[in-house]
Amino acid sequence: MTAVKSDDAPRLAPSQPAGPGTHEKRTARRGKLAAGGLLTPALLGLLLGFVLPVLWMIRMAFNEGAGSGVVIETFTLQTILDPLTDSYYWGIIWNTFSMGFTSALLCIIVSYPLALFLTRTVSRWKGILIAIALAPLLSSDVVRTYGWMVILSPDGILNSALLSIGIISTPLQLANSMPGVIIGLVQIFMPYAILAMISGFGRLNTQLEEAASSLGANRMTTFLRITFPLSLPGIFTAFLLIFVLSISTFVTPRLLGGGRVQVLATAIYDQTTELLNWPFAAALAVILLMLFGTVVAFYQALTKKLEGE
Amino acid sequence: MQQPAHAPFRPRMSVSRMFFLLTVLLAYLFLAAPLIIIFLMSFNANQYLSWPPESFTLDWYRALPQQTQFIDGLQTTLITASASTFFVLICGVPAALALNRYEFRGKELLSTFFISPLLVPTIVLAVGLVLVLGPLGLTNTYASIVIGHFAITFPYVIRTTLMSLLTSDTSCEEAAQVLGADRFTVFRRVTLPIIAPGVIAGGVIAFIVSFDEAVISLFVAESGRPTLPVHVLRYVEQSADAAVAALSVILILFSLVIVVIVERLMGLRNVLR
Repeated sequence: MTAVKSDDAPRLAPSQPAGPGTHEKRTARRGKLAAGGLLTPALLGLLLGFVLPVLWMIRMAFNEGAGSGVVIETFTLQTILDPLTDSYYWGIIWNTFSMGFTSALLCIIVSYPLALFLTRTVSRWKGILIAIALAPLLSSDVVRTYGWMVILSPDGILNSALLSIGIISTPLQLANSMPGVIIGLVQIFMPYAILAMISGFGRLNTQLEEAASSLGANRMTTFLRITFPLSLPGIFTAFLLIFVLSISTFVTPRLLGGGRVQVLATAIYDQTTELLNWPFAAALAVILLMLFGTVVAFYQALTKKLEGE
Repeated sequence: MQQPAHAPFRPRMSVSRMFFLLTVLLAYLFLAAPLIIIFLMSFNANQYLSWPPESFTLDWYRALPQQTQFIDGLQTTLITASASTFFVLICGVPAALALNRYEFRGKELLSTFFISPLLVPTIVLAVGLVLVLGPLGLTNTYASIVIGHFAITFPYVIRTTLMSLLTSDTSCEEAAQVLGADRFTVFRRVTLPIIAPGVIAGGVIAFIVSFDEAVISLFVAESGRPTLPVHVLRYVEQSADAAVAALSVILILFSLVIVVIVERLMGLRNVLR
């Protein structure tokens, strides 16, 4: 035991005023070497599976495409400028933006009461209730979109139910349209919105609400003056998160849009698989990335500001 | 403990409180709607689901083994999801260890970089992957899917492993080192068992993310190695009939098992964040 103790003595006393000895230097270098060794496989994996693909894609956007897979190696801004000067592609960019905005807004409205409930409940089922709200995230978006197709299609369950009750006389055109896509997206991104809002509701404090109501404020006033303002940071975070997730999603617009809803993601797919115009697809992807990056930058600036307060 | 403090303000279930709880219930229902509908559909005798449902059948489940494209897709998916999980753990756990236990320059930047694949739209990544893997002759192989799923599963492994490392007590490792164990033995016999929940949760999430992923697989391997989600996507594109309902129910139940495992290990909330 004593031998062990004396052996360990230099390490247990790092605060000795002797300054950095050679031993410490050596262990520091060895530590750096070990850290490098531990990080290498991860860095190689991300290089091949993430960094190179993104850089290559951006580079491709500066080439020119001649269609049917022919790529003219050059360095031009024209391929990116083309869709930006074409009213058809402006329509697609606008569709992408409005789809993101609307689904984020609706998603917040639908998720807000649930997030508020989950933040405040003192039920012993709280953990399970949160898990149930988040669980759909782990089922495939293809499967969940399929569920919405079953519900929304012209001969689907929603139309047949509404027809048999007599609320409508002709089937609603929800499948293969933007409203249908948005309904699907709202549900698919709800767990993310709930998660973001629960984390953002940190400043919600029941004592403030109790103080307000003991001072004579009714429930509505308490909500409007105390609860809602305090939950705004969570709402903004969730909104921007759902916005960026919606504008980059492919499966739901593709399936629920049935080819009639064109957004950037579906246009990228068409350019690659049908027209084989890789530079143009890459240019659209760069535009999507820029839209995405703007929102993320805005989001980060906002969180910084809110944290600074 | 908090109940008495609330009591003066919520003496009875008020109307507004009831309205609030009703909204919450409706939100839960909306969230579960597509999953419930698929469940009903899989037992419905008609090809299309109308209301009220007509008759009950198990035919869709019986027909599943004959759907060879789904069986092939499942096989591909199981192979690639397992391989993805293996590689991402082999790379992710040491990287998390380096971030947590060593000091070096640029650590903050590296942590951000490790999480950043979640910030890039998958379709953008998918286009880039085809451009990189195509010239290497790797598209339409198992490898293309495994490489493609690396970046999108990696952040989860880093996150869960780091969470376990942050809460772990280093005194056991120090004790083992003092007693003469070398670094690898310390890791294998002491650190790994301590952080096992985080590693398992990360692996399970990586597996389900890879298992469910459709867009990258569609781009890099549709014609050569279509995975199950790609087959389902292709089928559903043509028709939303009942043939895939039974399959979807099985997939949903499978993710439910994953949910329970992750919830038990780390709490779903912390992992998905």
